[in-house]
Amino acid sequence: MTLTAGPGRPDLPTPSPADTGGAAPGLTHLPSYDDDAPQPRPRSSLGRLSPDELFVRVGSWGAALGLAWLVTQRLLPLAGLPWFLISWFVLGLVMTAVTTAMTGTRVDVTDRVTAAVITASAAFVGLALASTVIYVAVKGYKPVINLNFITSDMAGVGPRDAFTAGGVKHAIIGSIIQISIAIAITLPLGVGTAIFMTEVGGKFARVVRTVVEAMTALPSIVAGLFIYTVWILALGQPRSGLAAALAISVMMLPIIARASDVVLRVVPGGLREASLALGASRWRTVWHVVLPTARPGLATALILGVARGIGETSPVLLTSGAAGFLVVNPVGGAMNSLPLFIYTNVRSGDPVAIQRAYGAAFVLLALVLVFFIVARLLARPRSNAPSRLRRTKKDS
Amino acid sequence: MTTTLPERTQASDHVEPREISRTSTGSDAVFAGGARAIGASVLVITGSVGIFLGYQGYPTLKRYGLDFFTETQWLPDDDVIGIAAVLVGTFVVGVTAMVMAFPLALGTALYISEYAPARLKPTLISLVDLMAAVPSVIYGLWGALLIMPHAADLAIWVDRYFGWIPIFDVVGGNPEAPVPTLARYGFSSFCAAIAVAMMVLPMACAVMRQVFSQTPQGEKEAALALGATTWGMIRSVVLPFGRGGIIGGTMLATGRALGETIAVVLILSPEFLLKFRPFEQGGNTISALIASRFNEASSSQLSALLAAGFVLFLITLGINTLAAIIVNRSRSGAETD
Repeated sequence: MTLTAGPGRPDLPTPSPADTGGAAPGLTHLPSYDDDAPQPRPRSSLGRLSPDELFVRVGSWGAALGLAWLVTQRLLPLAGLPWFLISWFVLGLVMTAVTTAMTGTRVDVTDRVTAAVITASAAFVGLALASTVIYVAVKGYKPVINLNFITSDMAGVGPRDAFTAGGVKHAIIGSIIQISIAIAITLPLGVGTAIFMTEVGGKFARVVRTVVEAMTALPSIVAGLFIYTVWILALGQPRSGLAAALAISVMMLPIIARASDVVLRVVPGGLREASLALGASRWRTVWHVVLPTARPGLATALILGVARGIGETSPVLLTSGAAGFLVVNPVGGAMNSLPLFIYTNVRSGDPVAIQRAYGAAFVLLALVLVFFIVARLLARPRSNAPSRLRRTKKDS
Repeated sequence: MTTTLPERTQASDHVEPREISRTSTGSDAVFAGGARAIGASVLVITGSVGIFLGYQGYPTLKRYGLDFFTETQWLPDDDVIGIAAVLVGTFVVGVTAMVMAFPLALGTALYISEYAPARLKPTLISLVDLMAAVPSVIYGLWGALLIMPHAADLAIWVDRYFGWIPIFDVVGGNPEAPVPTLARYGFSSFCAAIAVAMMVLPMACAVMRQVFSQTPQGEKEAALALGATTWGMIRSVVLPFGRGGIIGGTMLATGRALGETIAVVLILSPEFLLKFRPFEQGGNTISALIASRFNEASSSQLSALLAAGFVLFLITLGINTLAAIIVNRSRSGAETD
């Protein structure tokens, strides 16, 4: 078989001289260039929208915005922001579909419309999150701008007193004490269990894993009820910060154990084997290889557990009791915490108390945010350059 | 310098194979034993919670028998105790929340994994994690004071146009009144479900996104190379691959939604009626029942509350186990192990 269609193959159509640019028929040839043709333009980047495509997409939503205003404010009696957003969304989809159908096929229309729906749902979720944060900040900044809100407690302060008196110091410190005790209990036990499940293994580990996974289903209120029944009623202990910390621990322990287990399981086996092959003991393998490798994931697991523990109201509601004054001793009677402070103040129904609750919610949200950012910073994998530097320094 | 073979002496002619044993010795044994002890203690702690709940709830279940599941009222003073109403209420709130949370979670997960610019992805993932970390009491506040008036507006509209469908009906509400009473339309399971949906959405979203991100890149590129649009690629590759994750994530979130307490207590006005109408005021859930009644409970009532809590625990446990099985069975689950 040859590449040329010779005259001996009459069944093949011979390319006419015009097609081949005047070259001899049946021979491979280089294409000739037209010297008069304009310079080829560099292709605009792949994947990015061309200006007219961009205009169609953005323009559809712009047109829908105008239409939505027309429909909700002028034509139909649909007052209110929610209706405006809903009609903007629906009209935006219609406009996208129409403008796409003008140039594309049904496949293009489906593609564009689903892309719009998916993007809009993500935007909606983002909007909901932003509205929560902004709402709490706007409602709660008023008490918080008085410095005494975080430096004094509610001892001797009536629910209707002005914001210049009283604060949530007791609740902040209570929250921090409770979560510290809970971390001190759950972190070693949770990570230790995860190490047992992944590094030691065996039949018993499977039993532990099954039970731990089952207990992540425990609703937080039931964890609180458990400690309330056992610790407070059966053992006759008073309501205290320790009881609250125990309830939080019961709730957090399976969460942290399971999350750490998932993280440790994805540590590559080759790293473990390399360490063992170099003669390290199993403990040193875990301490120097497995845990450092899993550090970012472990930090995330811990922080999600902590965020859950510090913000969960229901276990605390049953076990800690709400004191209006600062209690530092975890076994020294009722100790307030931020979620509980918010809950009791909102339930009281008093406008000033609700304002205080917003202030406390603002503080709680800020606390969670700080936790979160610290965890992200800790979880960031250590960059290689400085560590190599350190190693060479130590070696030399 | 030459390499020499070691000289064989007469004594080493007969070599015994070294005994191979998997039993760890020395520090390894200490490590294994210590880890085992920690595992055992956690097993005891967590296991005892479940066993204790069952043990404490048993007298109630024995005493009231099947009536415990069919009686709607909770009147401990008259010796009438049942969880039919709260059980139904729990499911109404949970299912309504999931109806709202599921499409949003799926859309958000798809956006993050398929549509978002690569530079934005880590930030968006962090934001979803942050959303999961926002305390439930804050979502409760948000739902009760910011969202509820708008939700009530929506409920009035639904009642006006879809009131003929039984589950959308609002008994006692008059949507045609010039100023419809907020009391009939607010404080409903629907309003509570909005706050609960916000709480469980990030959880479902995180599971789905994780599974989507494990889709084999080659298959995605193959679909695109064959001329599929982005949506065509998602429909033919990403969604079938992530089906286990979608179902599993949804079920995990449902389990969470059923057990949610504080947002429900803050929003829903308690009522012991067998009610399937989410837009109507009033309702109750098991966790809200526990939160509102534990304080005044005598020991027998406490046993009844523990039994209710045990039932709730069993339900969430069943859902979670099923979810775990589905996630693990799917192709996507096989690769995480």
